[in-house]
Amino acid sequence: MILVVCAFLAWAVGWTLNLTLARDGVAETRAAQITVPVIFGVTVLIMWELIVRGLQVPGVILPPPSAVARAFVQNGNVLWVDFVQTILKGALSGYLIGCGAGFIAGIFAAKSDFLRRGLLPVGNFAAALPIVGTAPILVMWFGFDWQSKAAVVTVMVFFPMLVNTVAGLAEPTAMQRDLMHTYAASPRQSLEKLDLPAAMPFVFNGLKISTTLALIGAIVAEFFGSPTVGMGFRISTSVGQLALDMVWAEIVVAALAGTAFFGLVSLAERIVTFWHPSQRS
Amino acid sequence: MKTLLAILTVVGAIMVIWYAAAVPMNMGTAISEAQRAGVEVTPPEAQVRRDMSGTSLTLKNLGLISATWELKRPRLPAPHQVAIELWDTTAMKKVNSKRSLIYHGWVTLSATLLGFAFGTGLGILLAVGIVHSKVMDMSVMPWAIVSQTIPIIALAPMIIVVLYSIGIQGIIPKAIISAYLSFFPVVVGMVKGLRSPDAMQTDLMHTYSASQAETFWKLRLPSSLPYLFASLKVGIAASLVGAIVGELPTGAVSGLGARLLAGSYYGQTVQIWSALFAAAILASVLVGIVGLLERGLLRRMGLSR
Repeated sequence: MILVVCAFLAWAVGWTLNLTLARDGVAETRAAQITVPVIFGVTVLIMWELIVRGLQVPGVILPPPSAVARAFVQNGNVLWVDFVQTILKGALSGYLIGCGAGFIAGIFAAKSDFLRRGLLPVGNFAAALPIVGTAPILVMWFGFDWQSKAAVVTVMVFFPMLVNTVAGLAEPTAMQRDLMHTYAASPRQSLEKLDLPAAMPFVFNGLKISTTLALIGAIVAEFFGSPTVGMGFRISTSVGQLALDMVWAEIVVAALAGTAFFGLVSLAERIVTFWHPSQRS
Repeated sequence: MKTLLAILTVVGAIMVIWYAAAVPMNMGTAISEAQRAGVEVTPPEAQVRRDMSGTSLTLKNLGLISATWELKRPRLPAPHQVAIELWDTTAMKKVNSKRSLIYHGWVTLSATLLGFAFGTGLGILLAVGIVHSKVMDMSVMPWAIVSQTIPIIALAPMIIVVLYSIGIQGIIPKAIISAYLSFFPVVVGMVKGLRSPDAMQTDLMHTYSASQAETFWKLRLPSSLPYLFASLKVGIAASLVGAIVGELPTGAVSGLGARLLAGSYYGQTVQIWSALFAAAILASVLVGIVGLLERGLLRRMGLSR
């Protein structure tokens, strides 16, 4: 019971600290903008730990963060192997194939008005579908190993990428196209110098949406069958063994991988589309 | 009119590719079945056939092409097989029958809608809090944004099992997964929307000496609606995925996810495809309803584009 009281005390301390940091004048500094969410996160973790211990919640319902951290450290090897299997082999290869295919298909679709009119509604329709449902079919076709996961990811990221590329290539105005015409630019040159750069903000939007989709696809596809390695496999078997600390450790890995993946793509976006207003501060 | 023609062309092309792809993929099975039925096939030895690709088998057995579209357990069912299965399991079965897709669809849909309502409601509340409290904005908003980049759906199996172990089962666990999947998109979209009035408009409200509540009801909330609807469309699609994935880990017996799983256990490909299309139709109907609401509401408010 004391621990539970301590938890609310910790909450009060954290919140007061944040209240002082969020005052006018301090809140605008970069340091405050980083510290405040960090304090909030730490407070939540402390409360979680104290309440779970204080109320003696069984580990099979909710393990305290310390147990998760221990599982994370002790099973480092297993987590790494799962990471390689699911993220590097399954998600990343599917991401590259799917985004590449969507991008190239988008360039071709944007060339013809007829194709664009036909493909955009179909692509938008497909992008909103529960495509993870294709996982059992693709597992049946490509086997249990990472190839089937890469296939699921490819299908999932293809349509968002296609739609965004086509939307981006429609971005240059008639004025800009006329200017390229005045310069006597060949179609190839105007694609390279005008259309593609103008499309990049949209392309990166598609790439960013696809990072999350890729991880979701790779993990969920493993629920339909996988070799005895992989994050989705580990999650479903550990849940079966009620080893919830291990499940949470895998979720931490998934969260870190997702954030890092997204961060890398955003970094690339900043480098490539440095000229875009949203990137200039 | 031109757009309709273009869409039909694209859909037609997909159908043609689908039928064409079904031939080499199913040829192996079709040949084996034909041989068992006593038809001459080339080459007659199953051993030799195993090492040949679907395409070369097709070229040697052109007479069997139509058979590849009529198999019982094809690797890739032809579109009409899926359509027939869909028709059989929706219109021809009683609604409360275990084999009716409408029954399974309703199981999934009810979890989706319950979760979506909860997720959206909480999301809007949190967004209102974030817009009105600077400290909440600074503490919670970064986490809400980060949560968009992580595959939180990985939590689904755990939620189901944990809730089951404390005695909650049925629709609630699935609804919780649906709720948290729709929660974060709504928070992010709604915060953007509530912040969308520019300084001129808030100044005008200030000039009218409007209270904070009045500014909220008369300015912020109405101008947030376009943003809200954009995230509702994302949210309801995510809710449906959540409900479907929520049916996988416990081996649920009803629901579209359960149909997918059962189909993949027993190799019933036609059943998988029809469940997949049922989910697709459901998703597009749900997104379509949200879109209609959006159009109607925004038009009445004079905000339609």
